[in-house]
Amino acid sequence: MAFDRRLLEALSNARGIPGQEDAVRSLLQEALAPVADALHTDSLGNLFVHRTAEGQTVDPPLRVMIAAHMDEVGGMVLKVNEDGTVKFRNVGGLDPRILPGKRVRIGPQGIPGVVLVRPIHLERKDRDRVPPIQELVIDTGGAQGIRPGDMITFDTRFEPLGSLWKGKAFDDRVGCAVLAALLQRRYPCEVVGVFTVQEEIGLRGARVAAYTVAPHVALVLEGTIADDLPKDRDASPVTQVGRGPALSLMDRSASLDRRLVALLVETARAHGIPYQFKEPGRGGTDAGAIHLAREGVPSAVVSVPCRYIHAPASLLHPQDVAHTLALMTKALERLGQEDPRRWRTRSIHPQPPSE
Amino acid sequence: MAHDDTAFRLLAELTGLSGVSGQEEPLRTALRDHLASRVDRVRTDALGNLLGIKHGQPAGPRLLLAAHMDEIGLVVTQIEGGFLRFARVGGADLRVLPAQEVTVHTAQGDLPGVVASRPPHVLGPEERRRPFRQAQLFIDLGLEEAQVRERVQVGDFVSLRQETVRLGQAFATGKAVDNRASLVVLLRTLDHLQTMAHAWEVVALATVQEEITLGGAYTGTYSVRPHVGIALDVTFARQPGVADEEGVAWDRGPAIALGPNIHPRVRERLVETAQRHEIPYVEEVLPGHSGTDAWAIQVTRSGVPTGLLSLPIRNMHTPGETVCLRDMERTARLLAHFIAELEPDWTP
Repeated sequence: MAFDRRLLEALSNARGIPGQEDAVRSLLQEALAPVADALHTDSLGNLFVHRTAEGQTVDPPLRVMIAAHMDEVGGMVLKVNEDGTVKFRNVGGLDPRILPGKRVRIGPQGIPGVVLVRPIHLERKDRDRVPPIQELVIDTGGAQGIRPGDMITFDTRFEPLGSLWKGKAFDDRVGCAVLAALLQRRYPCEVVGVFTVQEEIGLRGARVAAYTVAPHVALVLEGTIADDLPKDRDASPVTQVGRGPALSLMDRSASLDRRLVALLVETARAHGIPYQFKEPGRGGTDAGAIHLAREGVPSAVVSVPCRYIHAPASLLHPQDVAHTLALMTKALERLGQEDPRRWRTRSIHPQPPSE
Repeated sequence: MAHDDTAFRLLAELTGLSGVSGQEEPLRTALRDHLASRVDRVRTDALGNLLGIKHGQPAGPRLLLAAHMDEIGLVVTQIEGGFLRFARVGGADLRVLPAQEVTVHTAQGDLPGVVASRPPHVLGPEERRRPFRQAQLFIDLGLEEAQVRERVQVGDFVSLRQETVRLGQAFATGKAVDNRASLVVLLRTLDHLQTMAHAWEVVALATVQEEITLGGAYTGTYSVRPHVGIALDVTFARQPGVADEEGVAWDRGPAIALGPNIHPRVRERLVETAQRHEIPYVEEVLPGHSGTDAWAIQVTRSGVPTGLLSLPIRNMHTPGETVCLRDMERTARLLAHFIAELEPDWTP
């Protein structure tokens, strides 16, 4: 299955912070309505896209929920000051050190702005101080039409950079793009693709979506940390760009199901797809909420390594995206052989995947 | 407004070029064309300055108008694991570099890059409370090490990458507004002079290397031998974080400087001209080094009476430098009237 870069480009350029994912949802709805067997949205804004099972060997077929979140980290306007500058806060985790001097877009019209920074020439004693977000303001040249609550996103255009792709919000628009590609066909298992909302402020959409879908197993698609820069002491780069999809074993939100991980590893090996393990203990994903839904859902996380997530310009490797799509496709074909009843209990010792 | 559009177009064009101190060739090439239609003769000198000479009628003394065409940037110092280590050229602000897009200028062409920053998820709370240090920053070109070594060399220059856009009705923002906005003022001044008689000869000097040594101003002024010199540069506009006494108001016209670097009669004459033509201006008090080409012009040869006109900008030395387009037009009009009204026998 070829990977269509154009959808990733459109998704990366689209603007949607937690709670205001409308533009992203519209894009995905438009792309998927022609192929979905059923499609609906819930009160929080989660988008559910169903593909009924086809050619299944088990009845009823396994129901697999695949989640990717639509929201990106950004900011929100608190107020417009008397001098026309904009006071704001982050929505989702943002390192304040990367904000000064950066260009942003505000509100539904995408009004341009610049994060003000006190010129370095005037700093004597404070060169080592990091101004917190509370002290930062955005300059829009006094533009009209900005209101409290308006979303603020980085002003970055998707484009190739070296052998990689550069864009904002790869966490998690790359997950959305892979999911949209997966949903183009049916599998021997029932697939419910959920484009979730508000992951960045507490996995909110996923919690609700998992209850609604009540899947047997869940897979989460993410854009994750790649910290593969040169450094003095390198315990682990977390993941590395260009080494294939990263499988999570454990992060700060969940301990992932080792049977599912084993199935993914076996699938990757059987088809010559490169893969790596994400350094345990870093970050959190929608799986954190999904695996605790109802009576529990065995879950796994597959991620595309991205440098500089939660920053204006992230980088990822096109090959990693293609391999992630290939791995997920083959894994879903394999999951179609799985008996749902097997996944309702978890023995003390991880079971090998069914033959 | 039509004049604002012209100013914006020129600003967008000139800021779109890269000319880190020491590698100003792209600016030299573009400005040579822009000057050619506005002056009588264009030439360059040994250090790379660009000069445009516009004769006076009848021949009078010589006025130097200087605006630097270089910008702050970075230079590659080392290639490590496919990433680039760098040093600053001029006073680039390290604090704004993390996550900033850049362009690496190699012998084979330009390469896009991003200044790499370690994600907060992997840093401890102590580290996150301090700005990134030089040693923690790299440039990521998205290429394998072998490809990087093939294309990039130690010593290659790097400029910040940011498109210039309009902000609100009256402003524009982008990288290298310091000092491309002053070059636009220079060109717009020459535009006005196309239809105004002037006795003094005007030499437009686009200087090199202001951001590192003022080298272009020293050598350029030496060869021009002006009777009076005026530097065009930028200054700190008031903004949150800049106290009233540290900056000047913007959208109030150019800042006319006063202080030891500035000849009082030259300054007075600029003020009189502004008042006579009802062009708004603000006063800027500089107790010492003006931080501009004026510092070099004043002490060249046996000394040159010097003035300084500055455009107030916000966020100096970051990719978010912001200027008021109206201030650019006001400065050009002020300068044109100043030049046109200089009597052949005037001395400061």
